[in-house]
Amino acid sequence: MLRRRKDDALQGTLDLLVLTTLSRGPQHGYGIAAHIQAISDDTLRAEEGSLYPALHRMEHLGWIRAEWQTTENNRRARIYRLTKAGEKRLKEEQAKWERLTRAIGKFLRYA
Amino acid sequence: MGWWRRVRTTWSQRDDDFEAERRFHIDALSDRYVRDGVSADEARQAALRRFGNPTLTRERTLDADTFRWLDDLRRDVGYAVRLLVRNPEFSLLALFCLTIGIGANAAVFSWIEGILLRPYPLVVGQDRLFAVTATSRGTTEHSSVSWPDWLDLQRQSTTIDAFIADRITGTMLSIGDRAERAAGSMVSANYFDALGVRPILGRGFEPGEDIGRNAHPVVVISYQLWRERFHGDPAVIGRTQLLNGLPHTIVGVAPEGFYGTFVGYAFQFWVPVSMQPQFEAGVYKLEDRAAQWVEGFVRLKPDVSIERAQSELSAIATRLERIHPDTNVGRGVRLWPLWQTPFNGATILQPTLVVSLIVVAAVLFVACANVGNLLLLRALARRQELTIRLSIGAGRGRIVKQLLTEGLILSLLAGAAGLLLAYWLRDALGLLTPPRGVVLRLAGAIDWRVFAASAGVGIGATLLFALVPAVLTSKIDLADALRSESAGVTGPRGTWVRSTLVLVQVSLSCVLLVSAALLIRSTLALRGASPGFAVRNLLTTSVDLFAAGYEPSRAKAFQDEFIDRVEAIPGVEAAALSRLTPFSYRTYSSAAIVIDGYIPPPDQQLTIEYNEISPDFLATIGIPLAAGRDFTRADDEGGLPVAIVDETMARQFWPRKDAVGRRIQLKGQWLQVVGVAANAKYHNLLEAPMPFFYVPLRQHFSPTTALHVRTAASAAALAPTLVREIHRLDAGISPSELITMREQINRTTASQRVALTMLVAFGGLALVLAAIGLYGVMASAVAQSRRELALRMALGAAPADLVRVVLTSGLVVTGIGMVVGTAAALQGTRLLGYLLYEVGPRDPVAFVSAVLVVAIAAILACVVPAWRATRTDPIHALRG
Repeated sequence: MLRRRKDDALQGTLDLLVLTTLSRGPQHGYGIAAHIQAISDDTLRAEEGSLYPALHRMEHLGWIRAEWQTTENNRRARIYRLTKAGEKRLKEEQAKWERLTRAIGKFLRYA
Repeated sequence: MGWWRRVRTTWSQRDDDFEAERRFHIDALSDRYVRDGVSADEARQAALRRFGNPTLTRERTLDADTFRWLDDLRRDVGYAVRLLVRNPEFSLLALFCLTIGIGANAAVFSWIEGILLRPYPLVVGQDRLFAVTATSRGTTEHSSVSWPDWLDLQRQSTTIDAFIADRITGTMLSIGDRAERAAGSMVSANYFDALGVRPILGRGFEPGEDIGRNAHPVVVISYQLWRERFHGDPAVIGRTQLLNGLPHTIVGVAPEGFYGTFVGYAFQFWVPVSMQPQFEAGVYKLEDRAAQWVEGFVRLKPDVSIERAQSELSAIATRLERIHPDTNVGRGVRLWPLWQTPFNGATILQPTLVVSLIVVAAVLFVACANVGNLLLLRALARRQELTIRLSIGAGRGRIVKQLLTEGLILSLLAGAAGLLLAYWLRDALGLLTPPRGVVLRLAGAIDWRVFAASAGVGIGATLLFALVPAVLTSKIDLADALRSESAGVTGPRGTWVRSTLVLVQVSLSCVLLVSAALLIRSTLALRGASPGFAVRNLLTTSVDLFAAGYEPSRAKAFQDEFIDRVEAIPGVEAAALSRLTPFSYRTYSSAAIVIDGYIPPPDQQLTIEYNEISPDFLATIGIPLAAGRDFTRADDEGGLPVAIVDETMARQFWPRKDAVGRRIQLKGQWLQVVGVAANAKYHNLLEAPMPFFYVPLRQHFSPTTALHVRTAASAAALAPTLVREIHRLDAGISPSELITMREQINRTTASQRVALTMLVAFGGLALVLAAIGLYGVMASAVAQSRRELALRMALGAAPADLVRVVLTSGLVVTGIGMVVGTAAALQGTRLLGYLLYEVGPRDPVAFVSAVLVVAIAAILACVVPAWRATRTDPIHALRG
């Protein structure tokens, strides 16, 4: 029923960033965006316009699960956590990314 | 988010989760800006800016949260419904056509399901139930099974779960002051258990209750009988009820909706087979291997094929043939699927229902062609819109999908209405079948199978009528369509398709009307057909002295006295008795006979049917004697055993000799042939001449007889006098309904009547639909060729020329359709063969009259458009 959209490189990257972030623990959308930005020293930015569609899509794919929780300053936030399928997916994405960067590195060295 | 949540989001187009999430995100972001030292207001503004276009993000998130296909479907359905509501004439006409088409199919499906495939409500496992008959080597006839054979089959078979014996019987049921005929059944003791039918009160039969001579006078009554005649009294169990003069203990009440196991009748009571002598005039058959009277069913064990069970039963029958050569020579056993059951209404109705199925399929085609044409017409009206949608980038697939959705909605609505129609029509077959004095049951059943089949028909219909227009429409040549208004869907291809649809309609209507005409001719012939005796002024009824408890000697005295009294009634010319009335549904006596000087093929028995008659029977009903003499009162118990054979039998066994004076042996007794009667029909008007003979009632006595009365003039007023005479002899006896012999014969032509009604009704309907289709095509053709017609007028064509042009093009299509239809009918009407009486399946009168009717309808359908063509205003048309 769900049609898997073609993984373009950009979307794949966003997925990888989100999944990696969530592998450190459950987090809400804002937290994920802030984390990506902070860890990459502001180099990477998850645009909100892409982040939320991606989160909802990954949720339907079963990689992550969401539930409403109340935060410490008493706001209701939608907290995402990684599922088993998500962990598996993360490993695949990481392997793919490493293959890609190795290949590009090799290319830059020898081209 | 769950699947259902996603469906709901698709439907509502609202994603509350996302809204709340966005609010949290903005709040959290502004909190951070505030922490960085920005004022609250500015922080909020910055956060909103940073978040970007909320609508776009919302749209994209919504995209992830909804099903795209469902969303499309929602839009298509909404759009289609709006369109249908906006064009009520189109929608209603299309719905009307489709409802008739789908409803007629659903009705026939429900009849086939309820009458042929699973005819017995409440009975479990009907898929593994098969009917059993005996066969006789050398003939294709089937007969009943003897009780000893039945028990042997049951004992020796390993492939069969249950043998369910079931023999139809009847009685005059007097409860309180009302007496009426009730159909019932003699059954094996396992009957209710094996069928899985649990009595709602009391019990079914217990093992052993089917053993012994009249040993277990117990009865289970139907729910209907219990409610109507016993007022639903629960204390009825244990009470006794007189059946054929003997008190029977009521031991159970069958559940509501259980009508027994006989296609056609609703049974009112069941007794164990041990009561057989009580219901068959005292003749004890339970230990007689020669007496073949048991009908019934077997339920195969799971995973046993009918072939395997059949070969096992045949092997047992061969063994019995060897052990009991006297009785079982040439005798076999045969299993039948329920829908082919030879001993009940299934036999009569199965071919008729097959014809009905073909007829309604044809009607569905005609209806679909009409709706297809309507949709094409509509596509023409929407060409502009579709062209624009295509040119701004709508996918052709989307357009096809949307048009199909529209078709599916039509089918869905029509399917629902059609099932409703089928529900109303489920008893129609019973209504077309003439009454027989007992409760009839020929009801269709609407279960999930009928539901599924009708849904399948609906979907098939949609593909038929919506797919072609949809594909054609999506193939609009954009460049052409935008350039000029006359191209596009309405181009030559559209017209061509529409003409083909009309052609198909005309041919199908032609086939149906030819068939209807054949049946009308056949019915007229049947009305004038002679059964071999004089039907006018002949009345028939029956008197059951056995049920009234008469001993044979008393019954004989009663019968003699009765005949004398009836003949003394003014207006009565003659009266006579016979065990069975001709054209009765009940079976004649039949037995293996030996003919002096005739040697049957080895391993075969000769079985011929006969009737037991009183003196003057032949004279009374008007069968002339070809040779010899009629029976007289001297042909009684003391007289020489005698017989009268019919001409067919005489010719078959004594081809070159005089039959009178020859001998035949019946049940071990030699009978002298004293007369040859002219051939007559015995069961129905359509039967071929068959060997048959008569024996004197006195020498083969039956206390249950039919009375035949010939009157001087039409004597409808005779009934009360007759009843008075009977009551003068015995106030406790009531004859069954008094009917004319004509009525008696008409009751045997029920299947012709059903087929005729179906074909005339649906043939006429198909013609009307085809005429509407033709009219539509011609009208739009005239509308499209306004310029051409105007040009012709401007160049000097007279109105008559224009009419000719239009009529010609319409009649060419009709003409081709009629040729195709006639050719198809020449091939197809053979299927009606069994229903036709003295009319060939290629009867020219029927063909010519049907074709004429189609031609007239076609001309009528073309005249209005042709007339409209002459009203074209050349100046207006050429300018516009």
